[in-house]
Amino acid sequence: MSEKTSSKLERILASGNLAVTSECGPPRGTDPEAIIEKANLIKDYVDAINITDNQTSVTRMCSLAACIRLKLMGLEPVLQMVTRDRNRIALQSDILGAASFDINNMLCLSGDHQSFGDCAAGQNVHDLDSMQLLQLVRKMRDEGKFLGGDEIKRPPKMFVGAAANPFADPFEIRVPRLAKKVAAGAEFIQTQCIYNLDKFEKWMEGVRERGLHEKVHILAGVTPFKSAGMARYMKNRVPGMDVPDDVVKRMADTPKEKQAEEGINICVESIQRLKEVEGVHGFHVMAIEWEEKVPGIIERTGLYPRPEV
Amino acid sequence: MIVAERKPIDEIIEKIKDYNKILLLGCNECVTVCEAGGKKEVGVLASALRMYFLNKGKEILIDEITLERQCDHEYLEEIRDRIDQYDAVLSLACGVGVQFMADKYLSTPVYPGVNTCFLGATEKRGLWTERCQACGQCILASTGGICPISRCAKRVLNGPCGGSTNGKCELSKELDCAWQLIIDRLKAMDRLDDYEKLADIKDWSSDRAGGPRKVVREDVQE
Ligand code: SF4
Ligand code: SF4
Repeated sequence: MSEKTSSKLERILASGNLAVTSECGPPRGTDPEAIIEKANLIKDYVDAINITDNQTSVTRMCSLAACIRLKLMGLEPVLQMVTRDRNRIALQSDILGAASFDINNMLCLSGDHQSFGDCAAGQNVHDLDSMQLLQLVRKMRDEGKFLGGDEIKRPPKMFVGAAANPFADPFEIRVPRLAKKVAAGAEFIQTQCIYNLDKFEKWMEGVRERGLHEKVHILAGVTPFKSAGMARYMKNRVPGMDVPDDVVKRMADTPKEKQAEEGINICVESIQRLKEVEGVHGFHVMAIEWEEKVPGIIERTGLYPRPEV
Repeated sequence: MIVAERKPIDEIIEKIKDYNKILLLGCNECVTVCEAGGKKEVGVLASALRMYFLNKGKEILIDEITLERQCDHEYLEEIRDRIDQYDAVLSLACGVGVQFMADKYLSTPVYPGVNTCFLGATEKRGLWTERCQACGQCILASTGGICPISRCAKRVLNGPCGGSTNGKCELSKELDCAWQLIIDRLKAMDRLDDYEKLADIKDWSSDRAGGPRKVVREDVQE
């Protein structure tokens, strides 16, 4: 896996260090301060910051603009792009725009269905799917060509990633599905939040059996619970999320005022255990509207200070 | 077949309330099978409308005719000599029939009495589900005979997405995940290896995206 872009995330992963990424959701308005504040809370503790793309289909400031904000702050953004809202013209055009600001990382997603958001009556696009978006970015980068075949002047140099959910069904195709994403061009993977560590480790076994851990950098996704209510919500309401009963119970058995702390403890313990899993090359810490907790988690897990590469 | 559903009666009344002579026109094909616009439904709707207007003290003539097909010149011609007796036509055919009617009888207002929903099948009486979106380039050969374009909420060609849970779609626990069905079927046929073949980026120009479509067969034209 030799370096092909100027991405700092790629450099860190190539150097063999465990990478740390986190993410910020842009505001539902035009104030850039919202993104600047969140980024300032975590910037010294992570290598790159994902900016979500209208997550859960709720309309927000665009991911690209928020990524440019991070660039202006001298930070390393990961541009998330969903195939729900843009056709192949818009996708290619946004990729060029992002690359023109030297945004060097991209995460290719299909996006939640629009019925979950504030525009349930809207159309969805899905001209390409997330795997085809990976193929598209790789084509633009590696061949220097648009989908239509024309040459790109100064092709975009993006380090390309995808999401993987080891817990979605059916489980038997979870490893083949990763293989497919790798074949489509994924160079890094950020996983769904991991609470069922046994199942994740089983998935990683399958990943290693096929040697996929040597072809793609897997960043294990973690999200601390703020409360027992959140744990229950994630378990019961969020599609594709696997929260084991004993984890919910551990949160529920904790007195209310201590639950936030316990959520962080669970997160820290998970990272400690996942650090030992062969093929895990880093962590994606998603502290949803709780960015101020990221530094503590990174420090407690020995991932601070971040390497200079 | 084309699956349709009767429009709410209030919506229909709102559209036709100012007319005095209405032709209620059913169709003997798809809308009969999905029990939205066949002879029986024409009868039921006509009675309901007559009752409504009678209660309102309004005299209205509602005639009932059900044609073999409304999407065919030959059958639509059958009403040519009567059409001028009516102020408007309320058609219970699918959107195709309504438009064919509008094309043919230029000066007669025509109103749709059904919402045309999708191309689907009768799973059992009273339950019709979507099976095809007429994308114009069928890919069922590579998806185990199950269509991800019409049956996956995100029409992903390399599915399932991360939202698939217990065989159900992230949209609802009532809805099968198309990709679970595809995988089950590939497995049953012992072709799960096919799952790893990346689906080509689709050419949507034969789909709605390419503009109104046409099939031309010169060999059968007269
Ligand atoms: S692939 Fe296209 S033509 Fe074939 S069933 Fe699906 S929508 Fe219809
Ligand atoms: S859950 Fe299945 S059917 Fe629903 S959008 Fe995802 S892949 Fe498509």
